[in-house]
Amino acid sequence: MHEYSVIVIGGGPAGLAAALKSFENLDDKRILIIERDSFLGGILNQCIHPGFGLHYFKEELTGPEYAQRFIELVEKNGIEYLTDTHVMDITPEKEVTIVNKHGLKKLKAKAIVLAMGARERTRGAVQIPGTRPAGIFTAGQAQRFINIEGYKIGKKAVIVGSGDIGLIMARRLTLEGIEVKAVVEIMPYSTGLRRNIVQCLEDFGIPLLLSHKVVKIHGNERVEGVTISVVDSDFKEIPGTQRFIECDTVLFSVGLIPENELSKKAGVVIDERTGGPFVDNTFSTTANGIFACGNVLHIHDLVDNVTLEAETAGKYAALYCQNPELFQKGKLTNIIASDGIRYVVPQHLNRNFLEPTILRFRVNNVYHDKVILLINSGKKLLKIKKQYLSPGEMESIALSEKILSQMDFSEDIILKLEDDK
Amino acid sequence: MDKIYDVIVIGAGVVGMSILRELSSYDLKIAAVEAMEDVAEGASKANSGIVHAGYDPIEGTNKAKFNVEGNRMFEELCRQLDVEYKMIGALVVAFDEKEINILEELLQRGKRNGVKGLEIKGKSWVLENETNLNREIRAALFAPYSGITNPYKLTIALYENAIQNGAKVYFGFKVCKVETQNGYFIIYSQDKRLLKTRILVNCAGVRADEISKMAGARKFTIYPRRGQYFILDKPEKEIVKRVIFQVPTEKGKGVLVTPTVDGNILLGPNSEYIECKDDTSTTQEGLDEVFEKAKRVVLTLTKKDVITIFSGIRATPDTHDFIIEEDERVKNFINVAGIESPGLTSSVAIGKYVAGMIAEKLNAKQKSNFNPYREDIKRFSELTDEERNEMIKKFPSFGNIVCRCELVSEYEIVEAIKRGARTIDGIKRRTRAGMGRCQGGFCTPRIIDILSRELNVDKTQITKFGKNSYILIEKRWGK
Repeated sequence: MHEYSVIVIGGGPAGLAAALKSFENLDDKRILIIERDSFLGGILNQCIHPGFGLHYFKEELTGPEYAQRFIELVEKNGIEYLTDTHVMDITPEKEVTIVNKHGLKKLKAKAIVLAMGARERTRGAVQIPGTRPAGIFTAGQAQRFINIEGYKIGKKAVIVGSGDIGLIMARRLTLEGIEVKAVVEIMPYSTGLRRNIVQCLEDFGIPLLLSHKVVKIHGNERVEGVTISVVDSDFKEIPGTQRFIECDTVLFSVGLIPENELSKKAGVVIDERTGGPFVDNTFSTTANGIFACGNVLHIHDLVDNVTLEAETAGKYAALYCQNPELFQKGKLTNIIASDGIRYVVPQHLNRNFLEPTILRFRVNNVYHDKVILLINSGKKLLKIKKQYLSPGEMESIALSEKILSQMDFSEDIILKLEDDK
Repeated sequence: MDKIYDVIVIGAGVVGMSILRELSSYDLKIAAVEAMEDVAEGASKANSGIVHAGYDPIEGTNKAKFNVEGNRMFEELCRQLDVEYKMIGALVVAFDEKEINILEELLQRGKRNGVKGLEIKGKSWVLENETNLNREIRAALFAPYSGITNPYKLTIALYENAIQNGAKVYFGFKVCKVETQNGYFIIYSQDKRLLKTRILVNCAGVRADEISKMAGARKFTIYPRRGQYFILDKPEKEIVKRVIFQVPTEKGKGVLVTPTVDGNILLGPNSEYIECKDDTSTTQEGLDEVFEKAKRVVLTLTKKDVITIFSGIRATPDTHDFIIEEDERVKNFINVAGIESPGLTSSVAIGKYVAGMIAEKLNAKQKSNFNPYREDIKRFSELTDEERNEMIKKFPSFGNIVCRCELVSEYEIVEAIKRGARTIDGIKRRTRAGMGRCQGGFCTPRIIDILSRELNVDKTQITKFGKNSYILIEKRWGK
């Protein structure tokens, strides 16, 4: 059986950054990246819009440009990678079964980094009634058809969901000569970044219909239209508010689901709130020597954050190869998301690695004038005032050396929201 | 005019294909015509996939007869055709005294129909054997010989086997006129094709009444009755082991919760008479009704696990029984109509019966070289690692996984195309590519690539299911 120090599953931005950091931190540089698509870079390859890299590279790049910088480093350092290769199984013993045109193979790793990304929620997942004609796409599918393959997918479209992907696709379709009739959002607020609402909708005069729902899809062969309705606070249709919009295309951009089917096979425990593994500040999952980063861990809105997180995972995966006992003796302190905070990653602090750490989290609703509080053994260690908080924007706070020095690690670390009085 | 047949079957659903396949064992020139671009495009693609035991239909009816016979024949047929069939048993659960009385009626009726193994089980047995059921359930009728299959895969297999044995199927042939001439029927399609046959078999499903009328045969009415369904993701731990029915009402067998042969969980159907025979839309009310009723049986069901919703149409006849007969006035015209539930189970027995009847009329002999066996496409997901490696050595594309949710390889997709798939849905039903939790999110573009390559047509010509169901409308740039 072929042996590696670190096997990285997924060749998107998370996998590439993790592999590069492992490479830097390993003497024995046997690293393998496994990618199921024909090329490295993952979904970034189809994100040809700008806005990537502002934080990490301090310059504005497109998705393919951002990915290319990492791909070039992988190539330059001679890091081994496989494309068109599907990972079938990962065991808790860190055996990886792969398959490609050359056959099935079992590989062994000292450490594994999970970086499989996410899949899109579909029309079926949100159960929009109606017929099942052609012309219904997920936003990512449409992006692939338009940006990579060069096809036009329709003439008139309605987009369901106003997260960043939905907003960006509204602009993309418009630029391709497809008329976007509306972006329909069931929540009373958009979960996309403010700058995207302005640049992708307002600049093009595309209506954003908040508290609206597509209640029926029409058409027998190709989509012929949708019925939309205003919804109440329980997301139920308000009678009399239904309206038909003629279109031949419906794009669903209704959220991403971390792809953790493989993780579960390896015995990794999943946090239902994030959809990804529970991790500590080394990005170690509950399975020994298995690390996770990127959208497989939790859904990000900026790839720059994915890169930072993946670098941490890659660094500690390398460290695990050299000193696994450091991780086994680890004692964990819980980091708990409370009052108004939907989740926090990492969910644990490993007391063997009390190093400055970024906590990333999302709130569970739109809030105005709040304070984010970090509490430990009854002490408020950090207070951050926020005028506006939305579930669409990932928030973060830093656990600095100073804060760590004031902590009692036998007690939980609590993150919560409070009114700003 | 050279397209003269001994028998033509109208409709390439499970009933039509079952008859065609049985006919292909005789020395006859046979064909079928289908309005859509593929087999199983009507009721046969969207139903519960249950092989019923036969306790449900009233004794003496065609339904009872063909159901019980069909159930007995099913396993052997699926073995011959390499189609999944699992005899997992069914439970009809009762919540109160009144429902328990209905179980008793079903038990007695089943016995009179000749159904074996029926038993009424008490609460403790039910809850011990089906640990996730609602603890309020008081008793259940246990039918050990009930099973599950994949209705469209069975239809495809019957079709392929009939073709292997010399039958011909014309697709996109929507019959719009039937004439008789010198002891022959001439059938015309909307696109101006015509075919000639001595015997005409009407398996037009929900449109069988229209075909019968066109032929000047018996007047009856088919009412379209719609049922809506949920498919849940493959559960990590089994939710139910058997087909779980609730006590039937006059509207049918009610909402069931069952595993599918492919490992998902199926909920549905409800029952609603609709205006339009093609209206396979789902509705919020219908879906809510199904989910609520299913939750009555398994309280822990959650919509989070739903991967798709769909509806199917049953062809409910005003005669309240299957119509399977040569017409009294129009000789050689055979109606096989109103085949609603338990139509899937019955189809195998109906096929044998109708083909036998025709063979007798035409004094046809059994072929000496009839091959009853058909092999399914080799499936990556079902082989051992050694077998997979063997296959990859021979066919490297067997190692190229296209549909990651259902582990479908490029080889399987190409094989499906060789066997007649022309559309995304055709590939989906033959291989399961796109039927997993991501519902084709990742694999649809790759399937379009393969279809376009294998059929040597531009990607803009690839459809979801034929006609105008195009996915991509214009090539803007690139090769």
